[in-house]
Amino acid sequence: MLLQQLINGLTLGSVYALIALGYTMVYGILELINFAHGEIYMLGAYLGIIILGFLTAAGLTAYSVPLALALTLLLTVIFSASYGFTVEKIAYRPLRTAPKLSPLISAIGVSIFLQNYVMITQGATDKVFPSLVGNAGFSILSTRITFLQASIIVVSGIIMALLHAFIRKTRTGKAMRAVAQDRSMASLVGINTDTIISVTFIIGSGLAAVAGLMVSMYYGLVNYFIGYSAGIKAFTAAVLGGIGNIPGAMFGGILLGLIESLGSAYISSEYKDVYAFIILIVILLVRPSGLLGRDAEEKI
Amino acid sequence: MLRIEAIHTSYGPISAIKGIDMEVRKGEIVSLIGSNGAGKSTCLMTISGILKPSKGSIFLGKRNIAGLSPHSIVSQGICQVPEGRRIFPRLTVLENLEMGAFLQRSDFTSTLHRVFKLFPILEERKKQYGGTLSGGEQQMLAIGRALMANPDILLLDEPSLGLAPIMVSKIFRTIQEINSEGVTVLLVEQNARAALKLSHRGYVLENGMITLSGSGNDLLDNEKVRQAYLGE
Repeated sequence: MLLQQLINGLTLGSVYALIALGYTMVYGILELINFAHGEIYMLGAYLGIIILGFLTAAGLTAYSVPLALALTLLLTVIFSASYGFTVEKIAYRPLRTAPKLSPLISAIGVSIFLQNYVMITQGATDKVFPSLVGNAGFSILSTRITFLQASIIVVSGIIMALLHAFIRKTRTGKAMRAVAQDRSMASLVGINTDTIISVTFIIGSGLAAVAGLMVSMYYGLVNYFIGYSAGIKAFTAAVLGGIGNIPGAMFGGILLGLIESLGSAYISSEYKDVYAFIILIVILLVRPSGLLGRDAEEKI
Repeated sequence: MLRIEAIHTSYGPISAIKGIDMEVRKGEIVSLIGSNGAGKSTCLMTISGILKPSKGSIFLGKRNIAGLSPHSIVSQGICQVPEGRRIFPRLTVLENLEMGAFLQRSDFTSTLHRVFKLFPILEERKKQYGGTLSGGEQQMLAIGRALMANPDILLLDEPSLGLAPIMVSKIFRTIQEINSEGVTVLLVEQNARAALKLSHRGYVLENGMITLSGSGNDLLDNEKVRQAYLGE
């Protein structure tokens, strides 16, 4: 029972972590809470269904399910990343020098726009993600793990490891950290900060899309407002780990997934969504900089 | 090499620079002295493209670079070491230097060796976070980082500020050494005496306007400069 809940929590937590990374990376670089980030996750879920639909119609799914899913994942990431890139370009970039509240309001506007855009174009009712892998799975120590759960955990793990290596080791990754630490100084060493900010949005949106696709496969149902609750929970995860801190977002996401899953099992599943917010309030009261976050620095 | 013509820069309604003309010739060390708030840093930030001038031109050779973005000005060979050093605190010393070479697409190992030769302490500390260095070491890192871009012109803003006297003379010696290797230097300093001593020429900036200019020695002998900036 406990092990089962841990596996469920880890699955959910990996998804929260993927979304939380987008929040935390954008915050790290722009000090902006990107309220539209949850909608990119929702778009990822819808794009997954639409793209898979096309591939099935083209006969690819009948030919090979893994190939169809891999191609769906790739195209979903590309399309969602272009949404993220475009949102930054038209809704945030023109407000780069405006007071901090302005891009925040713009983000809320983008969120409302994207929800309604999907509602109008895709309808207000639930969409079904075709069950391709079913409930097949395996058992360890009398704990049942579906292949889908295992893939979610493994894929998320690989993506996070790659992201970590990218940010630590590559030239662009180092430039992202430099821009996050001192944006105008970064431009004085020759870094095009706008490009780096675009890259951040592209990566964050790609991660959210992977999460969206995996969750819609996991639950099988998608609607236009799933981005709201997932967004707020992932935001909680980012704050829990320390907003702006990348390992913190991974840690916070997984911790939140575990808490939710254990809370549902041992306290009450009716309060499933409440645990996240209790944690958010407690963290903000007790340790506002998050579990792995640094205390806010004085800027000289 | 670098010619500034009638530059005006303002922060909103407050104009900080009101029509500056100055010139930095190839191979020179030129210092810009003046009291707090005279507009020295504003002048450097305008050259670097962080601030956009409202009027005037900045010629690098024949090209007007006024209003270009900061990263394209770096690619034109002008690098700045800003006031307060501004090293990236949570990047290692080596990563800070790598960022300095951000636009160097080719191998920068030889430049890195040159910087380590100039500042051996940086090689010892290359795995440490920039934020853990002392003030003097941070200043060396900031200068080293700018040198990583192989600049033709180096803009230095208050490199001696807040440093121990022994470190101040080390920094000034290094500036001369860098200059002797062919890098043109525009130096902004509160420490007017030390700056003018090593400069070929100097400008005095007051309330956003150039009020005096001349060779380093002329300015050191000038009665007005002696009273206002050398404390005599």
